[in-house]
Amino acid sequence: MSLLLDIAQVGKTFTQGGLLSRRTVEAVKDISLQIEAEKPEILSVVGESGSGKSTLAAMVLGQQLPTRGLVLFDGVDVASIRSSAARRAFMAKVQPVLQNPFEAFNPLKRVDRYLFATAANFMMAKSKPTRQEIEARVDRALVEVGLTLAEVRGRFPHELSGGQLQRTAIARALIPDPRLLVADEPVSMVDASLRMSIVNLFGSLRDRLGLSIIYITHDLATAYYISDRIIIMKKGEVVERGSARDVLDNPQHPYSIALKKAVLTPDFA
Amino acid sequence: MQTEALLHTPPDTTSEPTLVVDRLKAYYTTKAFGIDRDIRAVDDISLTVAKGEIYGVAGESSSGKTSLIKTIVGAIRPPLHVVGGTVRFNFGGQNYDIYDLKPDQLQAIRWRHLSYIMQGSMNVLNPVRRIKHSFYDFAYAHMGLDRATFWNTVRDHLRRLDLDPGVLESYPHQLSGGMRQRTTIALATVCTPEFIVADEPTTALDVIVQRDVLAMLRDIQRDLGSSFLFVTHDMSVHATVSDRVGIVYAGRLVEEADTPTLFRGARHPYTQHLVASLPKIGDTTRRASLSGRPPSLADPPSGCRFHPRCPLAMDICSKEVPPMVNLAPRHRVACFAVSGATS
Repeated sequence: MSLLLDIAQVGKTFTQGGLLSRRTVEAVKDISLQIEAEKPEILSVVGESGSGKSTLAAMVLGQQLPTRGLVLFDGVDVASIRSSAARRAFMAKVQPVLQNPFEAFNPLKRVDRYLFATAANFMMAKSKPTRQEIEARVDRALVEVGLTLAEVRGRFPHELSGGQLQRTAIARALIPDPRLLVADEPVSMVDASLRMSIVNLFGSLRDRLGLSIIYITHDLATAYYISDRIIIMKKGEVVERGSARDVLDNPQHPYSIALKKAVLTPDFA
Repeated sequence: MQTEALLHTPPDTTSEPTLVVDRLKAYYTTKAFGIDRDIRAVDDISLTVAKGEIYGVAGESSSGKTSLIKTIVGAIRPPLHVVGGTVRFNFGGQNYDIYDLKPDQLQAIRWRHLSYIMQGSMNVLNPVRRIKHSFYDFAYAHMGLDRATFWNTVRDHLRRLDLDPGVLESYPHQLSGGMRQRTTIALATVCTPEFIVADEPTTALDVIVQRDVLAMLRDIQRDLGSSFLFVTHDMSVHATVSDRVGIVYAGRLVEEADTPTLFRGARHPYTQHLVASLPKIGDTTRRASLSGRPPSLADPPSGCRFHPRCPLAMDICSKEVPPMVNLAPRHRVACFAVSGATS
């Protein structure tokens, strides 16, 4: 059994203030977490604001280095990556999807520019790609998310709906053929009628492409709907973990119970 | 394990309604390079809100929800302007037509009778001044009290809402998002207004804080007997707090019903889709997603604006605008497939 992602006793401490008024904040405390390479899954990370969800994601993406512990991706310590070639190889395997698609793309630039730039960046490693090769790669990624290059070519972000733009952002992440997506609140800015199309897309990416997805959210209902495993975080610690269905059907920790109790459902009507 | 709904006092539907909106139209008109463009953000909307009622407005982003309520409270600026229709409030037997009032008359009813919790309202607090200054700036002039009485009233109000009066001495950045939101709601309700408009008051908050804020709004409604116009795209929030919900699609009201009717017996295909697509804990049946994209208000589809995405679309739908038809008392729908294509 090989591990795709192995987070071992990871902690992150932020320091604020100067010499005299130094304060430390423990954003993440001793978290361990594994994702197997052969078993693609959607892992939900749930918790209130300030519980350390986004810090954990930043450490998986290599954007923040852990203060303690190790983040191993495919057996390689993320903190040991130094050269730009190694970093590019790592980034090709782990890609982010951001919360707000309207902020992820520059409103004054055409959306396809980001797609072509990503494709050119990651294909450069082999040999200098031709325009056709780049376009074919971009089109293939867009087809995976239910769009085509013809629909997106030359468009500005305001010409696409929130759902289309979020799909484009996911397509951009798929261009280098990653093994893991880290999606930080990917549906909280998307309209109600389009939200489920994004969540269903995650399910089909897992089933068709064998992609693992870390799905960070505070929406327990979509986490229950789509994810295989769930961890519930509070103040930097994992308070409960397990199969999503088991944990949410029958939460044990007082915080998980409070969280489930706070979820509003249409049954109240 | 099931939680209880947030209960509140039933609305008083026998006396005169607090708000009557009649055939309201408001467009954004832009003139660029000699070409006029109208964006029909509010297109022929009629609705009433009874005394003590929580009326929910639902719809996706850029469907015109915020434009609708800005027009209702008279807080519009060019290029948004009213093209037709009226907005009439009834406060204590007095009628006020928002677009007939002089600016100083409007000023006098605002905050005292009519208050507005804006979207992202945590940002209305001045970041470089203590919160007490925001209270003073917003509310002092409207209350007509001397300073000592004013501050006592403010402190009593905060205590009633389970907020420590100490927040008055804090700066906004010292409070968490949930505390800031509750403070701004306290600020909007300190003058005990009869009508409160809330635009996405819980959208940026996590689930536990969201529940606290909704409970607080419910308490205010119970204590003051105010009417609410409650706008959010989150249908679960409507299920929890609203008495009646109106669904807005591309600037038009497409269906309106009491909340239980809307969630169990919606008739418009768009409403049915919205209700059916809600995920629930304990239910893993596959949720379909709607094809197509939300329409652009600058160039909306002809006839019924939902017809390009509608599973029931007929010939007439692309040619004529479906009228609002009463199916039952307090249940209206605008759809040819439901009401029959006789117009």
